[in-house]
Amino acid sequence: MTADPYNIIITGVGGQGNVLASRVLGNMLVRQGYEVTIGETFGATQRGGSVMSHLRIAKEGVWSPQIPRSRAHMIVSLEPAEAVRVLKDYGNEDVRILSNTRPVYPVSVIAGDVVYPPVEEIRSGVQALVPGARFIDATEEALKMGNPILSNIIMLGALSGFTPLPIRRSDFKAVISRFTPGDALDMNLRAFDKGRELMKKGKSKSVKRKQKSHGGKI
Amino acid sequence: MTAGAKKRKEAPRLLMGNEAIARGALEAGIQIASGYPGTPSSEIIENLSRSAAERNIYVEWSTNEKVATEVAAAASFAGLRALCVMKQNGVNVASDFLLHLAHSGTRGGMVLVSCDDPGALSSVNEGDSRPFARILEVPLLEPGDFQEAKDMTKWAFELSEEIRNFVFLRSVTRMSHASGSVIIGDLPAETRRPAFRHKGSLLDPDNGPVISLFPGIPELKHGPQQEKLRRAADIFEKSPFNTYQGPEKPELLIVTSSACSLYSREAVHLLGLKDRVGILKMGTTWPLPPELVKRHLAGTDRILFVEEVMPFLEENVKILAAEAATDLGIKYFYGKKSGHIPSVGELNPDLVLSALRKILNLPSEKDPSDFLKKAESIAASAAPHRELTFCPGCPHRASYWSIHNAIELDGREGFVCGDIGCYTLGFLPCGFGTLKTIHSMGSGTGIAGGFGQIRRFAMNQPILAVCGDSTFFHAAIPALINAVHHRSPITVIVLDNRGTAMTGFQPHPGLAVSAMGEQAVDIDMAEICRALGARVEIRDPFDLEETQRTLNLMMEEAGGAQVLILRQACGLSPEKKGKKLFEVKVDESVCVGENCGCNRLCTRIFRCPGLLWDGQKKTARIDEVICAGCGVCAGICPSGAITKREAQA
Repeated sequence: MTADPYNIIITGVGGQGNVLASRVLGNMLVRQGYEVTIGETFGATQRGGSVMSHLRIAKEGVWSPQIPRSRAHMIVSLEPAEAVRVLKDYGNEDVRILSNTRPVYPVSVIAGDVVYPPVEEIRSGVQALVPGARFIDATEEALKMGNPILSNIIMLGALSGFTPLPIRRSDFKAVISRFTPGDALDMNLRAFDKGRELMKKGKSKSVKRKQKSHGGKI
Repeated sequence: MTAGAKKRKEAPRLLMGNEAIARGALEAGIQIASGYPGTPSSEIIENLSRSAAERNIYVEWSTNEKVATEVAAAASFAGLRALCVMKQNGVNVASDFLLHLAHSGTRGGMVLVSCDDPGALSSVNEGDSRPFARILEVPLLEPGDFQEAKDMTKWAFELSEEIRNFVFLRSVTRMSHASGSVIIGDLPAETRRPAFRHKGSLLDPDNGPVISLFPGIPELKHGPQQEKLRRAADIFEKSPFNTYQGPEKPELLIVTSSACSLYSREAVHLLGLKDRVGILKMGTTWPLPPELVKRHLAGTDRILFVEEVMPFLEENVKILAAEAATDLGIKYFYGKKSGHIPSVGELNPDLVLSALRKILNLPSEKDPSDFLKKAESIAASAAPHRELTFCPGCPHRASYWSIHNAIELDGREGFVCGDIGCYTLGFLPCGFGTLKTIHSMGSGTGIAGGFGQIRRFAMNQPILAVCGDSTFFHAAIPALINAVHHRSPITVIVLDNRGTAMTGFQPHPGLAVSAMGEQAVDIDMAEICRALGARVEIRDPFDLEETQRTLNLMMEEAGGAQVLILRQACGLSPEKKGKKLFEVKVDESVCVGENCGCNRLCTRIFRCPGLLWDGQKKTARIDEVICAGCGVCAGICPSGAITKREAQA
């Protein structure tokens, strides 16, 4: 772990399974011996609003359930515009970002009062600022698996290949079986694995691109 | 939660503050728990209800908070330990009984938990329940972390039995809805056998009748009550829940409690001030232990109060400082009164940082970095504001659509008095701006009843009120009785979505199930209203046409109070969640888009999150990930371009 406490924000929109994702991740890291503090915003804000979970991963001690501004180490966003919103408040030069690509449109956008920019534009804007930022099609993959709600678990799987924290499949299995009914275990494990797979695929792609840009000397 | 408690005693668990409070109550051996749902308190009773069978305890969601405290008090009178839980507003409701209970005192340990919501993240008021402890003259505890949330709850029962009065424990959203490490303890093996002893003399606290006060002789009960409070203060002098971190003689002393102590610690840590600033974290915040506070005041000249909502610690410490001024000398106080800490809203580490910078003349924050400037400029276009809205498939959207249209068609500037629940959002565009007054539980019907009476002075506007099904039982019934009795010409619309939806779908008296999942008597609200003599209609809000027609008829014919029940289960209810009733589609060849006279009625006005406007094709579209399949939008499209087909199971 590079920082103590290591600060993770999981963000998204009400109904995306943000709270479950943060509890599962927190419990996985407790199994690895960390002391975890989680702060969550839900309630009325769940009704179409932004939902954020703040995780403080520490060797020891209870930390503020709200991360101080500009001090996130990792932002995991279940929705692309929310990644940008959190980046503005909690980002910094060293922050890492992992975001889903599927927008959940605010009603003001649906009503035509406000424009939601193309996701490609959000991605390039974020990557210009945070070069290593990763965007994955978690919801599209979840839809292929039969249920869009699995996108939060796909994001957790992807996170396991994107952070120095020990995010282990065995811990995921142990924790998720406590949180969801038995028959959902297999589906959740497949979603977790799908996330890891997406992350690996993306990695090899970016390496290839890098090699290419070096002028074919290899 | 209870399994393997002994075996894994040493390993800390990640518990939500509310889970920790529930665990503490179980470790204390409670046999009764009662409450009324309200964010951020609801998970405490929910957790206990899940342990009810295993621990052989009785858990109920009461009709309202006052009844909940009465239920818990009865258990205490019979010698059992009892927990009572509510959000801050609930204490307002329960306060009448509590003020009497504080006089009579209790027998078995009784703890009242109030979860406050600084910043009103899930409330329509910003309140602080702590001053109630002063008004009630009972001890107040505030946990500062998750372990304390458990340990303090357990200890609160011991304190309650020691002083023979109930103990008030206050949590906040960032404690109740946050999670952290908790090492759990053992659960008691034995249970108490209840007996209400009432044959002793009137003044016998153990065996006599439990009476709040003898008229005209306050000394007999109010005097001993104040003595109990003094004993609590003595006990608090040595409480391990009051901690101090910092140098012996700090330049600045922070006095704080609850989640604010974590913000204070973080701010001191970030500024590297641990050798200059001390933090006195109070866990026993009323009555303050005077000697302990004075000892800490003696070590410094400057004191900063870090707390949310009311300047409660601030005022009480200032009183102690004034009383001891001859010994302590002049002190400089910073906090809400001085403007260093905001007097409204939630605090966070950054607000404490900026207070510390100002008081200690530290260099102010650097200008925003290039990074932040760029991030802000991206956010300005890429992070559109998310206004609150009803969920896809929510019956309230359909109800408000019909109510709004009926009022417009009626044309007499009718209006709706609102109430507390998800449907409170009806004052926003998602409810077509339909609600025109919003206050406390049940107030919509009460205020509407009052408006109804002033129609006699030639006011012609039709008067309506909405209330939810749980709210109806909680506090709307007395208001409805008042309106019926006084022939107030109003239409009360009960938005019956079959549960206490806002807080996580807890049962209420209208449902045939209890908090423990046992069979309960489902009370028919329509029969109650009919028995009062009100005209009652029941409609399905998803039938837009029939709902609107009924409302227009009722508004025309309102001679006295009448009730329209709009019954359709919440889209998140267990029976509906994740199941689409209809496959909904937009036929792009039929949707005329912007050339239609409707001017995008579905997306611009109806604004269901499950609808999208395709800017390229210039037609509406369904977002298959978001759409809940209620099919209501098919009824609003004037071209018939939105179609619904029963979903395959």
